[in-house]
Amino acid sequence: METRKIAVTVNGQPQTREVETRLTLADFLRHDLGLTGTHIGCEHGVCGACTILLDGRTARSCLTLAVQADGHAIDTVEGIAPNPTDKSAPMHPLQEAFRDNHALQCGFCTPGMLTTIIELLRDNPEPTGDEVRIAISGNLCRCTGYQPIVAATLDAAKRLKAEGRKP
Amino acid sequence: MKPPPFSYHDPRSVAEAVTLLSTLENPKLLAGGQSLMPMLAMRFVLPDNVIDINKIDGLAYIREGQNSLEIGAMTRQRDIEFSALIAQKHPLLREGILNVGHRQTRNRGTIGGSLCHLDPAAEQVLVCLASDATVTATGPAGERAIPFRDFPLAYMTPNLAPDELLTAIRIPLWRPGHGYSFLEFARRHGDFAVASAAVLLDVDAGGIIKRAAVALGGVAAVPLRMDAVEAMLVGQKASEELFRAAAELCRAVEAVADVHATVEYRQHLAAVLTRRALTQALARVTP
Repeated sequence: METRKIAVTVNGQPQTREVETRLTLADFLRHDLGLTGTHIGCEHGVCGACTILLDGRTARSCLTLAVQADGHAIDTVEGIAPNPTDKSAPMHPLQEAFRDNHALQCGFCTPGMLTTIIELLRDNPEPTGDEVRIAISGNLCRCTGYQPIVAATLDAAKRLKAEGRKP
Repeated sequence: MKPPPFSYHDPRSVAEAVTLLSTLENPKLLAGGQSLMPMLAMRFVLPDNVIDINKIDGLAYIREGQNSLEIGAMTRQRDIEFSALIAQKHPLLREGILNVGHRQTRNRGTIGGSLCHLDPAAEQVLVCLASDATVTATGPAGERAIPFRDFPLAYMTPNLAPDELLTAIRIPLWRPGHGYSFLEFARRHGDFAVASAAVLLDVDAGGIIKRAAVALGGVAAVPLRMDAVEAMLVGQKASEELFRAAAELCRAVEAVADVHATVEYRQHLAAVLTRRALTQALARVTP
């Protein structure tokens, strides 16, 4: 078994681990760091559930090796809320909009949806409905339906604009 | 953890990568990983050595050359999508890129990786074929320029020796104001195309077609350059009737059948997409 030592920054926290070279970033986050918010669906880059932000850009963590993340910054769904460790603290406006618009039922696709939409809103703070649909085209949802997710995204864009906040 | 066990190498230079390619047993290059990683997960490929070329400096760039665009093999598809230079000089490439997977995959996926993977339905492959691109392969003997027409040897088989890697892509530019169109038919946005057409077109002030390039993707085992269609167009006055007649030639291509479409359906799509792409390209020509 071939291993390597890697140093990454995950949700702002530096982490150092010895990992097998064939370990995917998704498995590294879930098994080595215990960050099970990143979900694994298809494990071959189709479903989008494992989407994370790698140096601020979305990536499918099942299509990236943990060793490739060495020296890079990763943000997962756990890092989206401004104060993730305090359960009474407010969530991110996008998360609030998801809750208020019923944009999740089982929640399996939600971590990938949230990370994907965060990048969308950073690139394009006032997307149209069609732009949202294209942005989430790489994320499969099997129960909620995409309509409330699109509605939540448009709602989140409005909330962020009203608050003068960046996503 | 689904990938099979392999030894991981991360060279810092092209020379080091070439040495690894020539000396290691059963190696595979890892670029953006958007095709290789799924293939590893499904164990379609079982490399003993994975050579990750992401840490090689100087392979990611987009710049203007002598009446051409020069693109480094490790340039991410996202950077092509957002490049003002490409949008201005070679809008066909941008239009093709918008059909490549999704934002998440374009953030990682590279143009060189897609060209070497050589899926017959791949958009960047089709644009390079339509644009008469030249690719640079680097091996132990140095660099070799390969016209893109000679690059696909067979189904998903690039014209590269086992110890060569693709390092650069050069795309000659058409006159500013040329017409272009990239159209594809896929079941869902971001899916592989069942069929796709890329067209470059230029007409003179009198509406006579001066230049035409027509290529089809997803139809056959390799992307096809439609010389017969181009020959029928050049020198003629552009019209809907001419486009319809020329596009009909696409029904004769040796198409493949699979779970998504029959031979006849692919031939039909080839003709329809070609006609629509020619019409759209003509509408986009500006003097």
